[in-house]
Amino acid sequence: MAIDKYQIAQRIAKELKDGYYVNLGIGIPTLVANYIPGGINVTLQSENGLLGMGPFPEEGREDPDLINAGKQTITTLPGSAFFDSALSFGMIRAGKVDLTVLGAMEVSERGDIANWKIPGKMVKGMGGAMDLVASAKNIIVAMMHTNPKGESKLLPECSLPLTGIKCVKKIVSDLAVIEIFNNRFKLLERAPGVSVEEIKSKTAGTLMVEGDIPEMQF
Amino acid sequence: MNKVFKNADDAIKDIQDGAVIMIGGFGLCGIPENCLTALVKKRTKNLTCVSNNAGVDDFGIGLLLKGRQVKKMVASYVGENAEFERQLLNGELEVELIPQGTLATRCMAAGYGMPAIFTPAGVGTEVAKGKESRVFNGKEYLLEYAIDAGFAFVKAWKGDKLGNLIYKETARNFNPLMAMGGKITIAEVEELVEPGELDPNQVHTPGIYVHRIFQGSHYEKRIEQRTVRPKKS
Repeated sequence: MAIDKYQIAQRIAKELKDGYYVNLGIGIPTLVANYIPGGINVTLQSENGLLGMGPFPEEGREDPDLINAGKQTITTLPGSAFFDSALSFGMIRAGKVDLTVLGAMEVSERGDIANWKIPGKMVKGMGGAMDLVASAKNIIVAMMHTNPKGESKLLPECSLPLTGIKCVKKIVSDLAVIEIFNNRFKLLERAPGVSVEEIKSKTAGTLMVEGDIPEMQF
Repeated sequence: MNKVFKNADDAIKDIQDGAVIMIGGFGLCGIPENCLTALVKKRTKNLTCVSNNAGVDDFGIGLLLKGRQVKKMVASYVGENAEFERQLLNGELEVELIPQGTLATRCMAAGYGMPAIFTPAGVGTEVAKGKESRVFNGKEYLLEYAIDAGFAFVKAWKGDKLGNLIYKETARNFNPLMAMGGKITIAEVEELVEPGELDPNQVHTPGIYVHRIFQGSHYEKRIEQRTVRPKKS
């Protein structure tokens, strides 16, 4: 059975390592913060200018001067630091952030990503997405395998306007964990009870399947 | 030289129709509320606003949009504003979208005296169209020009009468960068103090970048997305 967005976040959290600086995008990526494995220390970066982001404040303790990149009220953790937006993207551009998790509308088999614009619809802007994908060392995409029409979001070429090229390293979807490998989608893990055939049929790009594909562990 | 102005109306009184204004803030956090309100009251038209966001319908830059005062918006994300969308779709408003880090760094570059920067953001996308690019160490970068403007509005937590500024928490965001890009930078502060009262170790924007400063008032500090967790019992 396909997994839900919480399980996608939970699976991505397993990629976190002690000492990582991590930027989590809006949507499913934000949920990853709820599943940081015990015993490791991860620092969350918010690109509006904060390292060491903590959980939402207790009711009544909201501070309008303290928000994350999704404009949500948040808190800081001991050891946090504030800085301006240029420095924030400076550390992103310089590759100091170890892992970036973000959502996508489409990913191509060479690792291109489209997640900011749909022709014919109001364009809201790319925000920091283009900066993040152009510079991050390790990008994991969290998304559903297919769009609401049932069409595959893993394509030979993106059809929507691109956010960045050759940048995605891994995709965790409701069906599978997939790595971008030699300009192909390489199947690493299946969601529990989901067959390789189903993943293949819902992946429009070339899917490499080598040997037995294990089920995701949480 | 006196940098201290009475209030926002006084500080912005020479801004003319057609002005280009850089505006600090991220979402509704750290926006120069007093200057924006004064500009709405002054009904200055045909403005170009450079700001990461465009406010919401009834707050921030949204108030300028409502009064049809904005000709062009330069921003990275403008998603929270229905009036913005209406004017854009009707062709009443021009919009230039710039990746957030590129926008921040282009404004900073002006204050660093650098005419341009190289950034990989947007390579291979429509943002790269018509732009010069160069390869460094095997990676492609776009040439992006510094952004400066006749005026900048910034909001700080504390400032002294020489224009030295200290921001609070994530309300710092774009404020120091917009301050660096303004030919005339106008700072509004929650607390205006005498020279010597700010610890020089803590100053974020040195007063050399600030030309006018005033004590702001009636800060609403509206929250865009109020998110909380239950109180521990």
